Amino acid sequence: MSVSASTIWLVIVVLAVGTFALRFSFLGMIGGRQIPGWALRLLRYTPVAVIPGLMAPQVARPLADTGLPDPALLSAVAVTLLVGVWRKNAIWAMLAGAATLAAVTLLT
Amino acid sequence: MTTDAHAITPRQSFWQGLRHGGPFVLIVGPFGVVFGVVATDAGLSLAQTMGFTIAVIAGAAQLTAVQLMTEHAPTVIVLVTALAVNLRMAMYSASLAPHIGAAPLWQRALIAYLMVDQAYATSILRYEQQPGLSLRAKVAYYFGVVSLICPVWYLGTLVGAMAGNQIPAGVPIGAAVPIAFIALIGPMLRTLAHVAAAMVSVVLALALSGLPYNLGLLVAALAAMATGALVETWQQRDAR
Repeated sequence: MSVSASTIWLVIVVLAVGTFALRFSFLGMIGGRQIPGWALRLLRYTPVAVIPGLMAPQVARPLADTGLPDPALLSAVAVTLLVGVWRKNAIWAMLAGAATLAAVTLLT
Repeated sequence: MTTDAHAITPRQSFWQGLRHGGPFVLIVGPFGVVFGVVATDAGLSLAQTMGFTIAVIAGAAQLTAVQLMTEHAPTVIVLVTALAVNLRMAMYSASLAPHIGAAPLWQRALIAYLMVDQAYATSILRYEQQPGLSLRAKVAYYFGVVSLICPVWYLGTLVGAMAGNQIPAGVPIGAAVPIAFIALIGPMLRTLAHVAAAMVSVVLALALSGLPYNLGLLVAALAAMATGALVETWQQRDAR
């Protein structure tokens, strides 16, 4: 990584302080004031709003030789998602995805 | 569990928490290893990798930050995006506050520091099922839940960071990140609103991936959050 060590430490410190502030926010306020309903409704979707968008360009990125996305990664991700939705269990999803990745990588 | 909740001592409550949180080490351990390997692979030192894991304790946000730094995103974008991934923690905090908001400040600070997804989900379920638990029993339960999860997270990262350099070049470590992330997302897609939010996120992130500074992801995430909230509102209106 060409990012300097001081930048990495800056990211670590700011992320640590910011994350603590988010975690402490409502617990820290005495009396446990209620968060407005509309805000809760938005916050509820943050993981599913951020993570798929973060991963999509990486999964769909074309390979240098074929100009198409990596078939091993695409199939592993598809299996991970399907097993996750079906079994409602992150461990099984992760194992199934890793097994698919290994199988497709070895076969091709 | 229909025992009289008032009779449960903090000590018993702690051990119950430990037992209920225990199985999650099966997720947290491997996820820690993935972060350790990916961070080392990206060029972070052992101290930086462990610094991340101990100071932040939020795997998804940590992987997001490392991923964006590898893509040379500007530092402000790295921070804003990684903190956006952690916005849900404020929701957890709001949801726990009515139960344990009256605990001493140092306990609330420690609870906040150790607030990981599994600790929140396990504890809030317990508090809702056993409303009669004393404040001390509730706090003890929470500490029981995290007392295996968090050390295993540190240890997993350490193992990954130390093993990272010895993994042969042919092994597709890069693919571990999408698999680890998407494994977490699958079980969350339990309502139409969640599915709609995830789809908007994917489509807009792909369509806007040409925007500078990874701004496409921020736009996609905000639009996806709004989509989830709107679909939820519509469904509630239709249900009436």
